[in-house]
Amino acid sequence: MRELSLHILDIAENSVSAKAKNITIEIVEDTKADLLKLSVQDDGRGMDSEMLVKVVDPFVTSRTTRKVGLGIPLLKAAAEECNGSFEITSRIGEGTKLIVQFQYSHIDRMPLGDYTTTMLHLLIANPQVHWMFLYRYNDHSFNFNDEPIKAELGGMSMSEPLILNWIREMLESGIADAQNNSKAGHVSKTQ
Amino acid sequence: MSTIKSLEDLKRVREEALKKRDLKASSGTVQVIVGMGTCGIAAGARDTMKSILDTIEKDSLSGIIVTQTGCIGICEKEPILQVVIGEAAKVTYGKVTPDIAKKILKEHVGNGKVVTDHMINI
Repeated sequence: MRELSLHILDIAENSVSAKAKNITIEIVEDTKADLLKLSVQDDGRGMDSEMLVKVVDPFVTSRTTRKVGLGIPLLKAAAEECNGSFEITSRIGEGTKLIVQFQYSHIDRMPLGDYTTTMLHLLIANPQVHWMFLYRYNDHSFNFNDEPIKAELGGMSMSEPLILNWIREMLESGIADAQNNSKAGHVSKTQ
Repeated sequence: MSTIKSLEDLKRVREEALKKRDLKASSGTVQVIVGMGTCGIAAGARDTMKSILDTIEKDSLSGIIVTQTGCIGICEKEPILQVVIGEAAKVTYGKVTPDIAKKILKEHVGNGKVVTDHMINI
């Protein structure tokens, strides 16, 4: 995979498969600390310690017993190649949390890519899940919670063209605002 | 300067969407399913999905339920797209690029004509 946002999509799909009701995705771009952090947290069925060891090893997984693939090992390898870290914790019946960190400026770090589409996709294709997207660029954040939106829609599908347009623009402008405000703030301090 | 949208705004958009939907005669539910296993994502399923969502938005295609499935065991044919219209049998398409997805939405979903060139048997 060529973009970190595709990895986020892949990891979040695991959470959906694990029957999570609540999934929180966090993206932190902290250029001052030279850090890129991604995390996906769910309240799905969780894994025991034996399974947890298996999901990070590409060679001992067995597709017939459970949905485990190459996604997690690939992401772990990508982080480790960029002075980063990888952490996964899980408890049966409670859920799973995965955190990966990268050196932001590392030359081998994959680009984040199109995370608006990743989020939009997860939201539209999995309306049964309560989604939270937390985005931060240095000092400015954009937090997206789908609950008030779904309450306002009152059962209307998010894939209705006008609604889809509204949600997409909300995600795009929220992320762009966080980036622009942060960059503008940075400039004014140095002037 | 902030362009962040308010829920008040969403209320208005929802009412507009309701009006448009009511004008259209319901022709049964249309379900569009994208394969989203690791294999699908690596093969470009997100771009296919993006193309579907863009087309729904641009062409104002109302009443389409967009959903997803995991790996269905034919990873070499990913990205996979399935279309179910009303009571008709599910049609499966393989190697669906963004352009092919657009074509399927237009011809199959729009005019009820199956795009046989890209259909696969599973």
